[in-house]
Amino acid sequence: MINFSYTRAHDVADAVRQIAADPAAKFIAGGTNLIDLMKENVARPLHLIDIAHLPLDKIEETSDGGLRIGALVPNSDLAYHPEIEARYPLLGSAILAGASQQLRNMASTGGNLLQRTRCFYFYDTATPCNKRVPGSGCSAIDGINRMHAILGTSEHCIATHPSDMCVALAALEARVLVTGTGGARSIAFADFHRLPGDTPEIDSTVRPDEIITAIELPPKGFAGNYTYLKIRDRLSYAFALVSVAVGLEIDGGMIKEARLALGGVAHKPWRDRDVEAQLTGAPPTSETFQRAAETMLHDARGFGHNDFKIELARRSIVRGLTQAARGTPQSQIDKRIK
Amino acid sequence: MAQPSSSARKDPVRFARPDKTTITLHVNGVARELALAPWTTLLDALRLHLDLTGTKKGCDHGQCGACTVLVDGRSINSCLTLAVMKDGAQITTIEGLAQGDALHPLQQAFIDHDAFQCGYCTSGQICSAVGLIAEGRAHTADDIRELMSGNICRCGAYTNIVAAIEEVLSGQTAKKSGEAGR
Repeated sequence: MINFSYTRAHDVADAVRQIAADPAAKFIAGGTNLIDLMKENVARPLHLIDIAHLPLDKIEETSDGGLRIGALVPNSDLAYHPEIEARYPLLGSAILAGASQQLRNMASTGGNLLQRTRCFYFYDTATPCNKRVPGSGCSAIDGINRMHAILGTSEHCIATHPSDMCVALAALEARVLVTGTGGARSIAFADFHRLPGDTPEIDSTVRPDEIITAIELPPKGFAGNYTYLKIRDRLSYAFALVSVAVGLEIDGGMIKEARLALGGVAHKPWRDRDVEAQLTGAPPTSETFQRAAETMLHDARGFGHNDFKIELARRSIVRGLTQAARGTPQSQIDKRIK
Repeated sequence: MAQPSSSARKDPVRFARPDKTTITLHVNGVARELALAPWTTLLDALRLHLDLTGTKKGCDHGQCGACTVLVDGRSINSCLTLAVMKDGAQITTIEGLAQGDALHPLQQAFIDHDAFQCGYCTSGQICSAVGLIAEGRAHTADDIRELMSGNICRCGAYTNIVAAIEEVLSGQTAKKSGEAGR
């Protein structure tokens, strides 16, 4: 790890002041991703601003009946919170599908959003990577790309976003609250992460002088018909090859509202409004689900080693929608897929 | 571990900053004052500065769990934690689990069940298991396997590790329901 200096922020305003004053500084909260990247020499901040002690660790009801989750709530506390278990089990399930208990105990809600990709070329400083060194090239496109994206890629980057939690937050239409020198603003989850385009070094729309203060969940949690189905190389503690977050509202034998987001396949949690519109008003049948999967993956493109992900995603979407429609969500303990 | 970066070398003003911070860690119930560089991990503070070498450095990247300790009662990877960020915290390591000569029930269960071969992952396994039992989320062997998945054992002693934890867990459950019945 490189040498760096260290200060603690006293409050949100102080944190914003400190980060705005020093372009070479970074915030640190849980540290589970940042310290790893610093040990690998991928992240090289000259100064760390410790925000772990800021009072952003509450989970409270919002005026519209939703939930506001402080940015520093540890992932494990969030997953096990009674309101999450009762009203937003999709979110709890997705969190418990990721990482290990030690990491979930450390990782913060806000930090989870800002995780960097686990593309091995991004981590390997001996190879070109446009995300790490803009303009140096993408080693993955013609390299070992089994873990890489099949949707929304660019000629500059085919990395995936690694989070499970974010896939559920995308499906739930959460909002991200940030504060910067220009004041506070709220970002729709769909607009928070971005596609690589020709600037893959930028993962999200949060500005360099902004701090995430909270995540807000709308009142609707799809607690009756949901699932988080994660397919990976081993049964626990591995990043997704493909994951599917589903929330359905079924009324009178028909789908009244549908949410569907994919993980492990793109630079951001992947949602497709056309597919959700197609599901709305349709009967929850195998044919409906097959058609949704075909639409969602119409523009999917493999890069060789990851070609299998297109078929895997198709089957996972159908299975995920089936699990949600039946009200039999995927267990994150018993990994048999039913 | 600490290597000056090329950009730091080019920037003597930044490099000249004082590099030690004085902190207090309450390790196994004893307040320990340390002057540490900000880049010292909790793992290195324990092993190199406090000579508590029971906590092991395996991968040093949060992937193996050998460095697991309890901070304020919760299991964490000490290799991914900066010691300065834990100023004032209560740290429990494998050295702090026994009461004098009486082993912690999990330590005894690991011996009784032959839950290790080389022993390198064992401190982390036991600290994780202490956290797991305190959290109260594990009720079955499947729960134990899932919630202990952050602790890798390259000798493959998993079957006996799960059996050891299951034994202590069921003892605790029996104790709790006994108390409730009184």
